[in-house]
Amino acid sequence: MSMDNRYPAPDNKVIGKPYPRLDAHDKAIGRTKYTDDLCDKGALCTRILHSTVANGIVKSIDTSEAEKIPGVVAVFTCFDCEKNYFPTPGHPWSVEPSHQDVADRLVLTDHPLYYGDDIAAVVAEDEIAAAQAIRVLKDKVEYEELPFVLDVFDAMKEDAPLLHPDYPGNVMAHTTIRQGNYEEAIKEKGLTRVEGWYEVPTVQHCHIENFECFAYGEGDDRYVCVTSTQIPHIVRRCIGQALGMDWGKFRVIKPYVGGGFGNKQDTLYEPLCVWLSMKLGGRLVKIDVPREETFVNNRVRHGERFHIISYLRKDGTFAARKYEAWADQGAYSSHGHAIAAKGLNAFPQLYPCDNIEGDAWTVYTNKPVAGAMRGYGMPQASYAMEAAADDCARAIGMDPLEFKRKNLMPVGFVHEFSHNELYSDTFNQCFDKGGATIGYEKKFKEYSKPQTGDIRRGIGVATYWYNTAVYPIALETSSCRMVLNQDGSVQVQLAETEIGQGADTVAAQMTADTIGLSLDKVHTVSCQDTDITPFGTGVYASRGTYTLGFSVRKTAEAMKRKILEYAYELTRMPDYIMDIVDNNIIRKTDGRVLISMKELATTALYSRDHSVHLTSEETAHIKSNAYSFGCCFAEVEVDIPMCRVRLLNIVNVHDCGQLINPALAEAQVHGGQSMGIGYALSEKLLFDEKTGRPLNNNLLDYKLSSFMDHPRLVGDFVENYEPTSAYGTKGLGEPPVCPVAPAIRAAVAQATGCFINELPLSPDVLYKNFVETGLIQEEGGED
Amino acid sequence: MYDIKALYEATSVQDACRLLTEHPEAQVIAGGSDVLVQVREGKRAGKELVSIYMLDEMRGVSIDDKENIRIGSLTSFSNITKNPIIQEKIGVLGEAVNMIGGPQVRAIGTIGGNTCNGVTSADSASTLHAWEAIIEITGPDGVRCTPIKDFYIKAGTVDLRLGEIQTAILIPKESYDNCFGHYIKYGKRNALEIANIGCSVNVRLSDDKKKFDRVRIAYGVAGPVPMRVPTAEEFINGKAVNKKNVEQFASLVLKDINPRDSWRGGKAFRQHMAVEMAKRALIESVKKAGGEVK
Amino acid sequence: MSERQYKTVHFTLNGKPVEKNVDVRASLTDMLRNDYRMTSVKKGCEVGECGACTVIINGEAFDSCIYLAVWAEGKEITTLEGLLGPNGELSDIQQAFIDETAIQCGFCSPGFILSAWEILNTGKEYTDEELRKLLSGHLCRCTGYENIFRAVKKTMLRRLGKEAEAEKVDKQGIVDKKERVPFASLDPTVQA
Repeated sequence: MSMDNRYPAPDNKVIGKPYPRLDAHDKAIGRTKYTDDLCDKGALCTRILHSTVANGIVKSIDTSEAEKIPGVVAVFTCFDCEKNYFPTPGHPWSVEPSHQDVADRLVLTDHPLYYGDDIAAVVAEDEIAAAQAIRVLKDKVEYEELPFVLDVFDAMKEDAPLLHPDYPGNVMAHTTIRQGNYEEAIKEKGLTRVEGWYEVPTVQHCHIENFECFAYGEGDDRYVCVTSTQIPHIVRRCIGQALGMDWGKFRVIKPYVGGGFGNKQDTLYEPLCVWLSMKLGGRLVKIDVPREETFVNNRVRHGERFHIISYLRKDGTFAARKYEAWADQGAYSSHGHAIAAKGLNAFPQLYPCDNIEGDAWTVYTNKPVAGAMRGYGMPQASYAMEAAADDCARAIGMDPLEFKRKNLMPVGFVHEFSHNELYSDTFNQCFDKGGATIGYEKKFKEYSKPQTGDIRRGIGVATYWYNTAVYPIALETSSCRMVLNQDGSVQVQLAETEIGQGADTVAAQMTADTIGLSLDKVHTVSCQDTDITPFGTGVYASRGTYTLGFSVRKTAEAMKRKILEYAYELTRMPDYIMDIVDNNIIRKTDGRVLISMKELATTALYSRDHSVHLTSEETAHIKSNAYSFGCCFAEVEVDIPMCRVRLLNIVNVHDCGQLINPALAEAQVHGGQSMGIGYALSEKLLFDEKTGRPLNNNLLDYKLSSFMDHPRLVGDFVENYEPTSAYGTKGLGEPPVCPVAPAIRAAVAQATGCFINELPLSPDVLYKNFVETGLIQEEGGED
Repeated sequence: MYDIKALYEATSVQDACRLLTEHPEAQVIAGGSDVLVQVREGKRAGKELVSIYMLDEMRGVSIDDKENIRIGSLTSFSNITKNPIIQEKIGVLGEAVNMIGGPQVRAIGTIGGNTCNGVTSADSASTLHAWEAIIEITGPDGVRCTPIKDFYIKAGTVDLRLGEIQTAILIPKESYDNCFGHYIKYGKRNALEIANIGCSVNVRLSDDKKKFDRVRIAYGVAGPVPMRVPTAEEFINGKAVNKKNVEQFASLVLKDINPRDSWRGGKAFRQHMAVEMAKRALIESVKKAGGEVK
Repeated sequence: MSERQYKTVHFTLNGKPVEKNVDVRASLTDMLRNDYRMTSVKKGCEVGECGACTVIINGEAFDSCIYLAVWAEGKEITTLEGLLGPNGELSDIQQAFIDETAIQCGFCSPGFILSAWEILNTGKEYTDEELRKLLSGHLCRCTGYENIFRAVKKTMLRRLGKEAEAEKVDKQGIVDKKERVPFASLDPTVQA
């Protein structure tokens, strides 16, 4: 049997086509089942009692009154659970203890570390009884209040309250990069020093489906948890760790998910839910998190501070650079330092420089827990790095785009640690394409002329660094199973979950293409069940299409081989003379159709001579990664007295290799742009400084952008086939969000002359900056 | 599910007054876009509610025999915006309530609810203040009317006594005749927004459009309840329509307003916006009135 | 538990007269999801901010989460399930959402499609700004609203017989307006 050693990927004309999503029809008629749609209406409801102190010890909780409320089934407090500390992040587990995630969570805690921490849970027959019990319990908690700290710099002070005893100075981790000799290099004559402090806020994912899970007992001491997650196999492991039981005791089922964006790349309330069900003899218990709690009790994006110093030569090249970043981890470790480290790692790669000093700290504070969120540290770091690049260009009087083109990672750059290589002139291609679309040159020139009046315009461009998947930091593995049905169609099973991004559809397109089927003959099994689904770690890190590609190709090729081997029995043609095209077995020499897939499949299953169930299953252990770059152009109009930014145009161009489905890819870009627009202009989770209480944890006060806050979104691509990839593709889920905020910042700066070093560029921030720069006069109002 | 102790559904205005008298602790629920949210928050959980939502007699916009505009208190925001009488005579009110939340909230929210909850950020309230609306209240003893500025007692409290409900909002002919207004809602995004500060202005120009005959301006979120700013009004009435006067008018609003510092917006920021909005809303109003600020 | 209060409501659901004895504490979302298994009615915030629970009541879009079930009395209510033809045919707007990749995670889609359906049923031609305002009662975190906008605008134009204009909708990404527009209010006034 010889498979053609075809390169690029086999082309049966299914890849690269804008097929509608496999799940679009059901979603368009409303019959798609999300977690809540599957939960029996008789499920017990859970409400969680959240601490009203940002740091403290729970001395006692008097549950007697709450227990008497009609409909309340049980009240469980932090004193009822064992101290089984467990980790939550959606990282592959490591068999080496030094690489394991920090285990610092309990299902309920007697030492709340942020305002809203989980200290007790009420299980009731209905949500009203549960809510009533929570209102009663609120006043029945006795705390020993401890000092708390909300700011990373305050948290690092000597006298700051310590959140976790093993982490002095509240520093969860501090990593460094040293390249060349910074101190010597800055002594070079004639250098221009550019320094900036940049700050980005805490924001939240705001998937429209809140997190929900439900759990029940099954068989002998096993428990099922149905949950809205990106990472079912990881959640199973974390439940096992949380409850101190063998992982196989738990079965995690993942239905359709109404958006994840990284929040659901974390173990959230699944362990608590299973624990509650267990306590109640396996009864069906659900936890549906209200929106207000989604903001506080799930995960948030790390707020971060940056300090960047650059020394520039007159020709616009870097002599030396320094990068410092402090990430606000919140109260518990979750994904922890991986976020700040990613930015640090990117710094010497995006704009390579011989002499670099880089430091990144991840610091605990008494705030909601920061975890993964679309971009994984790069929207933050990209803002700082690109703002710094713009500041550098300005300091030496150079055109910012020219400055970037001159200093960005060159073609052929190889990163020593990851072996990533920049194979194509991606940056310049993206700049050229996006610049032409938005009319950058002309507009930049026009808006550079002195502007007067209330309404001014600007245009900006920014890029970013990103890669695909988590190799070599962590394990990359993907498994796939394919089953041939009686009619010649194929089922595909993967652990890379569908969360809205289109994983099911691209997996089907790859399968169809490789085997030689039409797309309608491939059925992706959408929902994962750890008892059935082949092992895999889920979707995150923009890895889905890249990693599943390896296992799909391997499995599809194995399936094709088996089909052709069986075809030999029916056709007596050597398998190497046959191929599968358009659902038929053909003879390659003359293209004659020898037998249809349908006939072959039916025969294979029902033949009395030789019956065989054709299946294939393969694991791909992936030891590669790929750069995924692009850029964003943004054009704005600023009403100075009103402190309002109107985004006029936005264009993103990305190189994510070969597009598997251009329509889905474009849609991914739109989503990233949208999240970037909110990040740039309006989103910020606020906390009361006196108590640590969240202030705007609802969709009215937290300003994610509405339909009226967007212009038309333009997403485009340059396609450079990625050689490390099974189908020439690479990461796209996260990159589009990364360059948006710095592009908008640059545009606002051109319009107003204010280079603002914090996000969001909301009216209050603009007001402060416009007053400082004299663009508007402060009102001398009377009280 | 809402934690409601009991729901009494009124079958008529009189029935509503009776139910409220019989259940003095009960809360009136009109559209529910505020009340139900508060029930869910726990603020009004476990309380009795008197629903007046089904009382169609309290819906609609009409002109009475004295040519006053009468807006039934249960008229939804979307119906106010769509109403031809509103569009013709007091278009700014339709525009103002068309900025509340999103379309679905405007379908359920009522102008009566928007004013009875007594909050300063209500988008209809500043415009109704600027047009000196009269609030019609029906109680067990009949109907009484009160100017809107007296209807607001303090933040969250309005002048409704035991057994009373607000049944209509009246705009007297003298108040709307030949007047043109503009409302500016300031928020961080362009929809689904609560006013960070709101400013409603209306003008009546002299026949030659050269003089301000009467200017009224009111704010939301410039104080604990919606408010007029008399100093600025007194200054500009009778003055010539020009840029200098408009600017002077705008800066004078600071004499009367008193916005507070909150996480939604700082005092200085709100003061700055109040001045800028006064200017822009007045210029827009003049434009609508057929004049021009030069 | 204090005595439960129930009421029988009679209404039309997707064209069919129905009646149900409901707990007066139920929202319309609760009744449609729990009693009628209308899974298109989604819970996203329960306070009327996200629009995922949108249904059409007497021809107008409402957030069913902040609407008491007992108020359904005498109303005509349409959920997304009601847009299908007798043999399961998709309406034009549902097909457009599929064709334009306007659906990703799908959680906001039912509400968006219903609002779009209401807008399109007016038979009017709206400007881009008007369409945005009319659709602004829904939050979406996946699509950036772009493909939803395309789906609605194209369907609007097609219903008006403007096929050629509909084809151009995708290409209108860059808008170069000469006029600089001062902020005059939160949003342009739209009489819809």
